[in-house]
Amino acid sequence: MHSVVLTKGVPDFREGQVSFDEDGHLERGATPTVMNPNDEFALEAALQTKVKQGGQVSVMSMGPPGYESVLEEAMSVYADDLYLLSDREMAAADTWSTAITLSGGVEKIAERDGQSGEPDLVFAGFKTADGETGQTGPQTSWCLDRPIVTHVISLTVDDEEETLRAKRLVEGDANEIETVEAPLPAFVVTDPDFEPSYRRAEHRLRHKRLKAETEERVEEYDEHLTTWSAEDLDLDPDFIGLDGSPTIVSGVDPIPKAPSEREATTVAPDDEEEMEQLIDEMRPLAGGE
Amino acid sequence: MTDEHEHYEAVVVGAGPGGAAAAAVLARNGVETLVLERGVEAGSKNVTGGLVYAEESAPYTVDALFPDFREEATERPVTDYYLHNVAGEQVETFDITDLHEHDTEWSDAVLRREMDSWMADRVHELASETGGGLLTDVRVNGLLRDGGEIVGVTCDELDPIWADLVIAADGVNSELARDAGLMDWDDPDEWFQGVKAVVDVPSEIIAERFGVGDDEGEAHLFSGDLFEGVRGGGFVYTNEDSLSIGSVFHLDSIVEQEAEPHQLLDNLLTHPLLADWLEGHYDEVEYSAKLVPDSKKAANPSPHEGRLLAVGDAAGQMQAQGPIIKGMNHAVSAGALAGEAFAEAKLRGKPEQAGDLYERKLREEGVMGKLRPKGYRVASALGEREPVANATDSLLTSPVGRLGVRLLGDRLEDLYSSPYLSQIVPDTQTPYVTLPTVIAEELGERVAGEADFEPKDLATRIGDLTYDTDVGNPHIELLDDSVAASGAAVTACPVSAKDFGGGCYREETVKTNGSEQKRVSLDTQPCVECGTCAVVADTDWEHPRGGKGVEFEQG
Repeated sequence: MHSVVLTKGVPDFREGQVSFDEDGHLERGATPTVMNPNDEFALEAALQTKVKQGGQVSVMSMGPPGYESVLEEAMSVYADDLYLLSDREMAAADTWSTAITLSGGVEKIAERDGQSGEPDLVFAGFKTADGETGQTGPQTSWCLDRPIVTHVISLTVDDEEETLRAKRLVEGDANEIETVEAPLPAFVVTDPDFEPSYRRAEHRLRHKRLKAETEERVEEYDEHLTTWSAEDLDLDPDFIGLDGSPTIVSGVDPIPKAPSEREATTVAPDDEEEMEQLIDEMRPLAGGE
Repeated sequence: MTDEHEHYEAVVVGAGPGGAAAAAVLARNGVETLVLERGVEAGSKNVTGGLVYAEESAPYTVDALFPDFREEATERPVTDYYLHNVAGEQVETFDITDLHEHDTEWSDAVLRREMDSWMADRVHELASETGGGLLTDVRVNGLLRDGGEIVGVTCDELDPIWADLVIAADGVNSELARDAGLMDWDDPDEWFQGVKAVVDVPSEIIAERFGVGDDEGEAHLFSGDLFEGVRGGGFVYTNEDSLSIGSVFHLDSIVEQEAEPHQLLDNLLTHPLLADWLEGHYDEVEYSAKLVPDSKKAANPSPHEGRLLAVGDAAGQMQAQGPIIKGMNHAVSAGALAGEAFAEAKLRGKPEQAGDLYERKLREEGVMGKLRPKGYRVASALGEREPVANATDSLLTSPVGRLGVRLLGDRLEDLYSSPYLSQIVPDTQTPYVTLPTVIAEELGERVAGEADFEPKDLATRIGDLTYDTDVGNPHIELLDDSVAASGAAVTACPVSAKDFGGGCYREETVKTNGSEQKRVSLDTQPCVECGTCAVVADTDWEHPRGGKGVEFEQG
């Protein structure tokens, strides 16, 4: 069983990490890049497949050389091989040209693996923390011409039948859980509610063994890293990067900031007079008289 | 595939010393062994006093099973052993190192978190070679049966597992031993309860105040009038850079006196003798508690049922005789013998005979003899009967008794050092309270220290512990909330107290239509999982799910 996980480096939006310039634009140089949080569920799903079915997990990302740190992070969740698709030609890509590039990468892995053929499963996380479009996964699956199952919250693979059975979360007026089956090779987009399940001791033992192995491997992650350029992937320059992106951004509106200063008064709870005054001030806000 | 059930040759439940020893012997004999431990790490659920012994006469010792054990997993060796008889500020100290060294190859102070997790790593390595291994965070909640026969175990976190052998090494609150009918919770007089504070003290201060070098350590025991008449005693053991300070009492005595275990510990902590050791260095890092079986009464002579073999605390294998308390070493012996029994039975093609073989080995290797000494049975038949016990106490406290003590003088130290006498000490007030008090009053010297600290209060102690709360899944159910049935839990529970609302159990007054009723209420959140309430109250007690509940950092 061979799984490929697609991941993206995104600005670390946690408080204190992110920097903006005077115009409100993100300062990428000053903001650390981390793995897209939703991709962690895709990695967990791939890991679960590796624990239960055996095989290997490859992690792939498209981005500048600085994205190696993101792949290093992926290695710590038990990946075997890392692939970075990196080339100036790929820069400023929208979801569509990204999907074309990534699918080229997946096909290249299949080609490289020769007889073993294409990866059985490709995993992607549900939307990225920066773009939030949720399109790259589905578009890549379309490029690869694979069946796709989205919003997956649990997953089992049947080696012999070459199928996967997944529970997916269907959000609507009432949330529903739907069980679907798909033939392999397939494309899976995990939901943030994805939870791996290990109900057999042998799986937990294998998980523990893989963890111990990975601790050694993560030290030398760059030995497992392959970088491919557009030429390596034999991609048509017209269909990748900025040139291959049909999306045109007409403008960016900053989200209005909350006022940075607010007036605050301290009221002593046992000061009856002040409390009365406070209640009087709050009454209209609470919709009272 | 998924519809097939999982099977291992041996499943060992619990990764304490008993489970670790069993698993090591099984794995070395090529038995496919799976070890399941419910803590987040081995040792995180365990508490000891604690000294671990290697006995010269024991069939197995922990360092023989796990090379480097003493270098890697223990604190300091005990090189001196003292017994302090206390009456107020009067103290008469006996050097009982000779008694302690009788049949003792070595004895080291240990903290369980470090010790157990170290052993667990070795066990996992060994068991992995057999196709098994050790898993933490998995709580075995019962026995899997097929047509009434035990065929494996059931778990919270895993699907049922079939096994040819199940080792119950799940401690004093063994759910498996109870499930198999090998243990009950009926009698408080079959149990001791210990509470302990680990106090951080820099190693150079330990060296200075106890006068010990790097590879030396001391054990101090306390008896007399500092525990409000409750039968039991206190201890101080030197670790590398901390002290284990605690007390162990007969559970029936705690209940009878409505004693608060944490206060008894405070009595010890603030005694003038400890004040000298702790001055300027009272930094309590962990409060813990443990229920301890009294093997003289609770050790099961036939701790097996079908494929299930119980070892260690789960089989009541904890020896407390006079000033010597040994548990972990017996667990190691029993665990290893259980493993050996299965390996031999399997070799003969009759794995079903493992239980009988284990029982025979316990007897023939002398383990049972130590756990239930014959001499004690004879002596207790007489000495523990109330009229005799009362007469002994009156005699001792009378002028005649006091004269006797004075006349015996130094020879008392020799008597206290008799391995034979220590075995037959009756479980009455006399040896724990009356005699030490008289000795201290008649022969002792005044100690002058004064504690320069207030011991931590109960709320802080339980607040400092780490819990992974399991909201909506309480592991204790109070079956009868009347004070008559469960009131003893309020005082006996180490994290509850009368007039304290923040503990596990509390007494509440409920007013209905003019009538007033006292009831016992339960909030399991600060539970230290000692199991005391399972014995003294009417509860349905089980372990929290894997990894949930209290997590001891020291143990």
